[in-house]
Amino acid sequence: MGQKIERDHQRFRKIVRGKVKSNLSKYISRGEMIGKKGKDFISIPLPSIEIPQFKYGQKNSGGVGAGEGQPGQPLGPGQGQPGPGAGDQPGGHILEVELTMEEMASILGEELALPRIEPRGKKNIITTRDKYTGIRQTGPESLRHFKRTFKRALKRQISSGTYDPSDPVVIPIRADKQYRSWKEVKQPQSVAVIIYMMDVSGSMTDEQKEIVRIEAFWIDTWIKAHYQGVETVYIIHDAAAQEVDEHTFYHTRESGGTKISSAYTLCDKIISARYPPSEWNIYAFHFSDGDNWGDDIPHCLKILQEKILPAVNLFGYGQVESPYGSGEFYDYIHEMIGSRTNIVCSRIPDRDAILGSIKEFLGTGR
Amino acid sequence: MNTPYDTRLPPHLAALKQEIEGYARDYGLDFYETIFEVIDAEDLNEIAAYGGFPTRYPHWSFGMQYEELKKSYDYGLSKIYEMVINNDPCYAYLMRSNHTVDQKLVMSHVYGHCDFFKNNAYFAHTSRKMMDEMANHGARIRSYVEKYGEDEVEAFLDRCMSIDDLIDIHSVAIKRRAPSSRFDFTPEREPPAGDGATRFKSKDYMDEYVNPREVLRAEVEQRKKEQEQLARSFPEQPEKDVLLFLIEHAPLKHWQRDILSIIRDEAYYFMPQGMTKIMNEGWASYWHSTIMTQKALTPSELIDYADHHSGTMAMSRTRLNPYKLGIELFRDIEFRWNTGRFGKEWEECDDLEKKRTWDKQLGLGRQKIFEVRRIHNDITFIDTFLTPEFCVEHKFFTYAFQEQAGQYYIESRDFEKIKQRLLFSLTNFGKPWIYVIDGNYRNRGELLLKHQHSGIDLKLDQANDTLANIQFIWGRPVHLSTIVDGKPTTLSFDGTDHSIKSGGETDDSRRSSTGKTR
Repeated sequence: MGQKIERDHQRFRKIVRGKVKSNLSKYISRGEMIGKKGKDFISIPLPSIEIPQFKYGQKNSGGVGAGEGQPGQPLGPGQGQPGPGAGDQPGGHILEVELTMEEMASILGEELALPRIEPRGKKNIITTRDKYTGIRQTGPESLRHFKRTFKRALKRQISSGTYDPSDPVVIPIRADKQYRSWKEVKQPQSVAVIIYMMDVSGSMTDEQKEIVRIEAFWIDTWIKAHYQGVETVYIIHDAAAQEVDEHTFYHTRESGGTKISSAYTLCDKIISARYPPSEWNIYAFHFSDGDNWGDDIPHCLKILQEKILPAVNLFGYGQVESPYGSGEFYDYIHEMIGSRTNIVCSRIPDRDAILGSIKEFLGTGR
Repeated sequence: MNTPYDTRLPPHLAALKQEIEGYARDYGLDFYETIFEVIDAEDLNEIAAYGGFPTRYPHWSFGMQYEELKKSYDYGLSKIYEMVINNDPCYAYLMRSNHTVDQKLVMSHVYGHCDFFKNNAYFAHTSRKMMDEMANHGARIRSYVEKYGEDEVEAFLDRCMSIDDLIDIHSVAIKRRAPSSRFDFTPEREPPAGDGATRFKSKDYMDEYVNPREVLRAEVEQRKKEQEQLARSFPEQPEKDVLLFLIEHAPLKHWQRDILSIIRDEAYYFMPQGMTKIMNEGWASYWHSTIMTQKALTPSELIDYADHHSGTMAMSRTRLNPYKLGIELFRDIEFRWNTGRFGKEWEECDDLEKKRTWDKQLGLGRQKIFEVRRIHNDITFIDTFLTPEFCVEHKFFTYAFQEQAGQYYIESRDFEKIKQRLLFSLTNFGKPWIYVIDGNYRNRGELLLKHQHSGIDLKLDQANDTLANIQFIWGRPVHLSTIVDGKPTTLSFDGTDHSIKSGGETDDSRRSSTGKTR
């Protein structure tokens, strides 16, 4: 039975999507979704979806409870939270809706008008899968098609007159037996790797790391929606670079100088060792406050031009504004872009700029 | 009824139904024919989302309900045990996956509800063919959706549902005014003869002193003013049934008027269930526990039964469980009337020891609770039967919100306070009282509503949104006079902008006329 509620439920989901879409920049700049991320979905608090009614406010409100406790005693930390649950006025709780990552990505895509990513076609990995499509006369017993076999046996018995409707016994013989057969289906599978590089030198503050984190979350969401297997690599650097796991990536703070080339070198090494560009769609993003050791810059640009850019689908440079950094690196990269299409740079002065920056990065459709 | 669900019970449940129904009738419960349907959790969630009526009109908010129910069921947080519809015949739903002992419990519980629906005075006005009516409503709204478009109808439904609590819960019992007739053209009132001023008898030459001219003039003026006021009074009395007022007077298209009246009809149908939540659940729980423990349970089912019963009765610290409160109060009443612990003699007895062992062997308990379930609603129930002893025994306390700390704290264990808080939370369903004061405010066709302030301010953001919805229906600017932080305040919405003005309404004569209604 199809459920009638299905329609209303769809309608509700549509409203939710609309709400999320219209508040996307708010959600993105607050970064509150990331903490709520589950395995395949995120839950999003949606306070404004309930139907408004005249209600009492919280001031002077109260109610009746039962249990131990002296007058004057607060009602425990959990229940003391203003709002949800407490009090005997119904409703008032904040609705949490869950959206799958795919839904989220499509909302992001629609809102920012992002083009779909075209995987670099020809060099994708080919996987083969067995697909059961046909029937044949021979095969292992485990693949015997029960229904067809007995149908055939029944036909044979009727036509040969050995079938007795009052005693409907059907016995298949060797010739009746039918087996499932399969075909090998080749499927191109596009795989991708995202390499994040971040400057963790002393001039990067926690706020800037948070911006990077939010930005990376959305880039992840979008790219993962387009590829089946996405791997991520995290590289942190100050004067030297190292590969780390995600947690370390966001929580390390080093002091000392900055040598961006160290990260680029490592990035190149990782690509050539583990992710041959012929098989992988490679995305590299570098976040920094734009402060680099002066002599290092030509070296950086050289690696970028000669090694990294030919290998990647897209290289993104995001510059977060720092109270300390000079931010000059942006200009060098910007100058270098020229007619290249697989490099994008973007300034992210504050959280409100994240949305625009995501659009710059992903608007290339590569 | 055109239900897609199968109403034929599997044999073991049919036998069970017959058995339990027999017990229920033996105890004196009186109910309509009850039809049980066995359905899956998915369908139960669906029906629950529709407020019990699978034939209800389409609206996204039911989809939202459904998602919540489904999620909490899928995560194992909650499960709907029982659902029963006030209808003749009564419809009740059993979850297929429930164990037999649960089905027994649910059936016993359901017969309690059915008896309550049929016999409680507050349900007397409800339609017993609501299943069909809801289906009608659904069909009508669906036809509007087809004709005028989903978005348009949905937007209007949203607005109607936003004010579906603005009804007059007592209007089914009290006639507030004569039904207004559209075909009544007689003039309002005969104008009084002469200029209407009171003249004292006097000789000609004394007249100017006995009847001073300026006093006469002032009186004539006053009369005139009153006359005008009277003619202008619209509605004549503050109208609590805002929905009715809008249906009668708002400039609506016919389909909008129809939708609004559908919403109102359903609000009145569901109203008694809100008014008797504690009693209804208490009564049903009383009977499931009585039937189960005295008749239906087999020894092997005892533990499961006890587990589920106690689960239903569990109290949280900040929320009184209506099941628990209800069943305990009914038991308390039964005990008191069995032992004669009521009336003057009991009240006036000061001897605690004597009170402790008080037992007059009256045995009136059963009879009394049947009477109570017939004539009371939650408010009168609590008001009449909540006793200080009961509050102490169940460790009730009141809590209040402390603004500095931003949290709730235990306020008192004083009986009067508890009773007051409890009654407050039940009065008008714990919702603010809103009246229509003037449908021609400032003589500009604007609508003035008044919030009868009773100590707690309105939640302003929601109030503004709700006001906007009323404005859409009314068409002209809408005002709500209330009190914020102790100051009279008027919230207004003119279709584009919200404004909030301290000092309240200017129309003083209006205010005095509302004062009279309390």
